[in-house]
Amino acid sequence: MRQSNIDFNQFHISWEVGSAETLNRMPGIPMQEPFSKETVEFLNTVSRKLLSDPAAKSYPDVVTFAFWIRKASVEQMRRRFTDETIHLGRGVAFHVAPSNVPVNYAYSMAAGLICGNANVVRIPSKEFPQITIINRAVRESLQEIQRMRPYIGLVRYGHEREINDALSSFADVRVIWGGDNTIQEFRKSPLKPRAAEITFADRYSLAVIDSDAYLKAVSGNDASREKTANDFYNDTYLTDQNACTSPRAVIWMGSRTEEAKEQFWGSLSKLVRKKYEIQGVQAVNKLTSVYLAAAERENIRKVTDKDGIEDNRIVRVKVDRLDSELMELKDNSGYFFEYDCRDVMELQEICDDARCQTISYIGCKEMFLPLLRSGIKGVDRIVPVGKTMDFDLIWDGYNLFERMTRVISVG
Amino acid sequence: MDYNEIIEIPPYSLGKEEKTGLLTARMKELTGFHMSHCQEYRRMMDSIGYEPDSARSYYDIPFLPVRLFKELPLCSVEPGEVFKTLTSSGTTGQAVSKIYLDRSTANNQQKTLARIVSSFTGANRMPMLIIDCPSVVKNRAMFSARGAGILGFSIFGSDRTYALDDDMKLNVDAVKAFLEKHKGERIFLFGFTFMIWQHFYKELAGLKKEGITIDLSKGILIHGGGWKKLISEAVSPEEFHQRLRDVCGLYSIHDYYGMVEQTGCIYMECECGHLHASVFSDVIMRRAADFSVCDVGEPGIIQVLSMLPESYPGHSLLTEDEGVLLGEDDCPCGRKGKYFKVLGRLKNAEIRGCSDTYAAKFN
Repeated sequence: MRQSNIDFNQFHISWEVGSAETLNRMPGIPMQEPFSKETVEFLNTVSRKLLSDPAAKSYPDVVTFAFWIRKASVEQMRRRFTDETIHLGRGVAFHVAPSNVPVNYAYSMAAGLICGNANVVRIPSKEFPQITIINRAVRESLQEIQRMRPYIGLVRYGHEREINDALSSFADVRVIWGGDNTIQEFRKSPLKPRAAEITFADRYSLAVIDSDAYLKAVSGNDASREKTANDFYNDTYLTDQNACTSPRAVIWMGSRTEEAKEQFWGSLSKLVRKKYEIQGVQAVNKLTSVYLAAAERENIRKVTDKDGIEDNRIVRVKVDRLDSELMELKDNSGYFFEYDCRDVMELQEICDDARCQTISYIGCKEMFLPLLRSGIKGVDRIVPVGKTMDFDLIWDGYNLFERMTRVISVG
Repeated sequence: MDYNEIIEIPPYSLGKEEKTGLLTARMKELTGFHMSHCQEYRRMMDSIGYEPDSARSYYDIPFLPVRLFKELPLCSVEPGEVFKTLTSSGTTGQAVSKIYLDRSTANNQQKTLARIVSSFTGANRMPMLIIDCPSVVKNRAMFSARGAGILGFSIFGSDRTYALDDDMKLNVDAVKAFLEKHKGERIFLFGFTFMIWQHFYKELAGLKKEGITIDLSKGILIHGGGWKKLISEAVSPEEFHQRLRDVCGLYSIHDYYGMVEQTGCIYMECECGHLHASVFSDVIMRRAADFSVCDVGEPGIIQVLSMLPESYPGHSLLTEDEGVLLGEDDCPCGRKGKYFKVLGRLKNAEIRGCSDTYAAKFN
């Protein structure tokens, strides 16, 4: 059997799943077809274990992941992504997961498996309970389905260039999550000539709310108002508004914007008071950001509650112009630019930037069509408010299925 | 208001009511002045809809986070009037604060510092031992906070002698000669808390083991710069005092709290171990959730106000420190005004999110 010419025993790597031998043998193992029977069965086993694990219940992100990899969901993906053509995994996929989002590594691994690859994943060094729970389920499932063992290595290691080099030189696909600087760091480690790379760079996202649609949905309907607040909370505060999918600006459309804002922010305010604990540093940073924006741009207005109540959990900054430079002044932990918009084409400038990623919306998605067809460089996703974090094989403008498989043309 | 009149007030003589009146009037005046002389400041005030006359007390005066002075040049005088620029002593690679001083503000800083410090040390100059190395003040083109602190406090001393050489080693011979020369006199010692611990106390303790003792029982030590590095060595203020007393008989030790953004208005530690606001400045502890004012005893983010800054809009600042107000006008030491404790830097928030958490650690 073909072995790697690198011996991974030489490195200081801590193994959550697999061993140095797993990696040494990885280049020699056969590639699978996407959605192979073993993979689907394996993921479903992990899913079952997670869903029946009492420890997982208090982590909605783990539960969501478990649902995403259950058989019915994976089969649905199969129907969307496969046809008659023969696809195979590209080989070894080396994933670098972001260190501050607990379950992202698991999605990356699952996507690699689904596409038929062997996967080595650098997981966050921090001991998130979610990671402990998921890795336990993965280990137990590998006990039951031994044939999947060669395909998974979950590792932790420090910022060691030699290990980056070794893993990069042996990967057929490199997947780097999280940020321009990280990408730059890993680009110092060369890939094989035919290796592919998927990078998730720094992005920003927006929310667009049609005031009329919003008010129609929530008037006289407390449950709907609360659900919308909760959806928006999950898009933003759940990740300290610091995921690439988290909206940095809220854009108001339609005829009753002031009324809608009052209700929207009012219900969100109730929720964040209950659920979000703000720390001193975040409060100071957000005020700093308001003043920096004010110093650098004209007509910046911090919005105060109509009762004049200050709440550092939600900081709203009204702007009279949207452009991508505004995003240099963005902040997190509940810091929103706000803009009143009459025509969707006013968003053209801020969307005409490759860094612009997700637009989440309340209203009618067709309203974005003229914008999308105007030749903008940005915007990869348009999803309803509450769905920004829903992972899919089409992500960040990439079709991960295509990126992580090889197509064989048979004439 | 003329600051030359304010400065005549004894530093710890005003009770709450009198001080509030004075401070409010001065703060409103300074806010108005900076709004009309610093465009960036004006825009900031406009962004929060601040009306210069709306403040009922100095508690209503907006505060600027200190980081703004690292991000922006904030100046309320013509460039030609800038007489020197103070910078904070940030660690390598970090942005530093830039504070623009004209002659009048610089003078007022020096005079105010003198008023505050001499109320502890007395008006007469004492022989001064600086617990630092000479090179720290050599480059006068750019004043670091450490250099500025030493120069600022130097006016209280005569026959200034550096206790450390440029390799940060204790210059035993120089210290001995200095003490021999000033035998029987009161000695003024000044330095930064961590330097004193690392390069002075530890050396003295070593010498003591070898049988060499240095007697500083006639000394008064003023030290500043914060406790961050000592906390990591698990040294409390009490232990700091005790150990210095044990090793060289030094018992008059006063910490101070201050920052380059409000040089001059320092907060001196009294005999009871409390930091005191003088009449020239004040502290307000604020809650993270809404910046409302904390109760006595409740930890909060420290806001500092100073009557001095005329050449830059730094009269009301929000620090990145956490503190707790202990009381007002009733410290057992007899000084009026607020007294408080600094708890340290605000805890760094661990922000979730998916960008650049790998590379951040390379810097």
